[in-house]
Amino acid sequence: MNLKIGIPRALLYYYYYPLWKTFFQELGAEVVLSSPSSKVILDNGLKHAVDEICLPIKMAFGHVQDLAGKVDYIFLPRLVSVKKHEYICPKFLGFPDLVRCLDGLPPLIDINVNYYKNKKDAYFAVKEAGKLFTNNYLKIWGAYRSALDIQKKYFRLLQLGLMPDEALAGLEEGVEEKPRLHQGEHTVALLGHPYNIYDSYINMNLIRRLRTMGVNVLTAECLSERVVRNCASGLSKKLFWTLGQRMIGAAFHSFKRHDISGIVYVAAFACGPDSMTGDLIAREARVARMPFMNLTLDEHTGETGIVTRIEAFMDMVRWRKAGLSK
Amino acid sequence: MRVTFPHMGNLHICLKAMLRYLEVDVVVPPPSSKKTLTLGVKYGPEFACMPLKLNLGNFIEAYGLGADTIIMAGGCGPCRFGYYAQIEHAILKEIGYEYELIVIEPPERHISELFSKIKYVTGDHSWWRVIQAVRFGYQKARAVDEIEMTAFKMRPRELVPGSTDIAYRNALNLIDRTVTLHELNRAKKRAGLIMDGVSLDKNRPVLKIGLTGEIFTLLEPFSNLDVERHLGRLGAEVDRSVYLSEWVNDHLFMGLLKGLRSRKDACTAAFPYLRHFVGGHGQETVGSAVNYARAGYDGLVQVFPFTCMPEIVAESILPEVAKDYEMPILTLIMDEHTGETGILTRLEAFIDLLERKKELRRQALS
Repeated sequence: MNLKIGIPRALLYYYYYPLWKTFFQELGAEVVLSSPSSKVILDNGLKHAVDEICLPIKMAFGHVQDLAGKVDYIFLPRLVSVKKHEYICPKFLGFPDLVRCLDGLPPLIDINVNYYKNKKDAYFAVKEAGKLFTNNYLKIWGAYRSALDIQKKYFRLLQLGLMPDEALAGLEEGVEEKPRLHQGEHTVALLGHPYNIYDSYINMNLIRRLRTMGVNVLTAECLSERVVRNCASGLSKKLFWTLGQRMIGAAFHSFKRHDISGIVYVAAFACGPDSMTGDLIAREARVARMPFMNLTLDEHTGETGIVTRIEAFMDMVRWRKAGLSK
Repeated sequence: MRVTFPHMGNLHICLKAMLRYLEVDVVVPPPSSKKTLTLGVKYGPEFACMPLKLNLGNFIEAYGLGADTIIMAGGCGPCRFGYYAQIEHAILKEIGYEYELIVIEPPERHISELFSKIKYVTGDHSWWRVIQAVRFGYQKARAVDEIEMTAFKMRPRELVPGSTDIAYRNALNLIDRTVTLHELNRAKKRAGLIMDGVSLDKNRPVLKIGLTGEIFTLLEPFSNLDVERHLGRLGAEVDRSVYLSEWVNDHLFMGLLKGLRSRKDACTAAFPYLRHFVGGHGQETVGSAVNYARAGYDGLVQVFPFTCMPEIVAESILPEVAKDYEMPILTLIMDEHTGETGILTRLEAFIDLLERKKELRRQALS
């Protein structure tokens, strides 16, 4: 019987799911995803996490709980660093240890993904994860290579303007690689951690809501790594958070583009990196005279509040545009 | 160039000593107060942690005293402290305080980056003189820490309430005023005499409580609402998991000086619970909890500023340590809304709990 590997639909699932899934499938495992985020999952997460931790981690706790009893292993890599001299966030560094404190969970595959010093360290992680299935390093290596190929394709799809759920569906169906053009009236840059802007339960369908209001949504993932990095290099000191770096880069890129008429920044309540990057972007947006809205999410956020604020923001953007064109 | 730096407990004593030794013009900001915090809260980002807001307040107040240059430490993450200096500088600039910023960063490309910054601050002094100054500053840190440790032992045993605090302040003043190593050595002896002058009840039973958490809130009494002093008055002998000199030895001298407690012990002790460093002092907090429990402490108090990421990770794991070692742990989270009375009530309840637990254990043994 095939081993069942559970992957929580949370945190950097939105970035690396194709890689993880292909890798395990190539090695003959069955990959099980946790159910999509919902009230049940969040409530379950709230029960097990400390109050002070941020909403996405609470959500992740819920997703991990959702996998209990359904799988043989839970894949929970310790994402220390995915880029040289950068980190993700302290909570990611400790997340597998936090989960290990919970009872009644299947064993974890908590390999360390750490590119901080050099890329080679990451290969050990791959080897370690693959050892569960086979002792044939060549096979592990082959699985990793084909996983990387799929991952690259996924990133290409994101850069063509697809949102992660569309791109993931696209990978399954073998979608054509051509740019998606949306015919909205305005374009708004939506910035934030991927697990906040792409989890439609956490942010109350923000992307769909904006789109139905006739807004094209541009996220940091729609931009190529090079553009983001180049723009982010305008900072006096490089940010040491990979995700923060992406947000800053996308923000600086938006200031330069005339077709982008506003920035919506989605932060999680009490998120450390957001408190700094959000402030930096808000400050620069004031200088660049770019409309900017900061949405802070936590488990008490109400849908109506969010809707009102988006509507008000879009009104402002429209009036401004009308005023400028006169 | 008139240099200022943020407050962190008694840090100003050794930093001032070091810079004045090199004839740098130093402006020490007024001690952190409600006003400092209010200024910081007004201009700082809402969700930034409290140390950033206090730093900001310190700089605004020091500006009024004529400071024009900031010296700050940097960092390379993942704790947000590494970006403090840049954010604070940008905020100060926006509200009209023109400061020059010197950030002492761990060198990224070459060690010479660090040297050139030190040279910029110290001017024409020889490297030998700089080393002497660092040594002098470190000696002061040791002296201050020793006085502090003595005060921790004395507070629960003092016969006249408050007498330890008076002696502590006088002793610190003596150390603070010295400008040469020779004077410092004499002052240390006199400070020791002052501390010995407090009358104590040596046989009084006391609880032993470890104090751990984030370094700034641990070292700065204003930010933790005097938690050490309160614990002392309530009859607990406190030990803190971080002292200034230990931190300097660990981070600036790379653990060169032996005989001090080092972060390595704490990290090793933390391993079964937290297998990776998480930035800041997260792993050290978990490790020191284990070490305190093994040393037979009655309880542990963790303090950290609201939204501190590494300490939240530690907070989530500490209940496991508490369960395994049967040591109660109290977590206190500080921000600009924390009230002293609320903290005091919680400390009193915690002390009651520890006393009851100790009593029950004694009964079970006899």
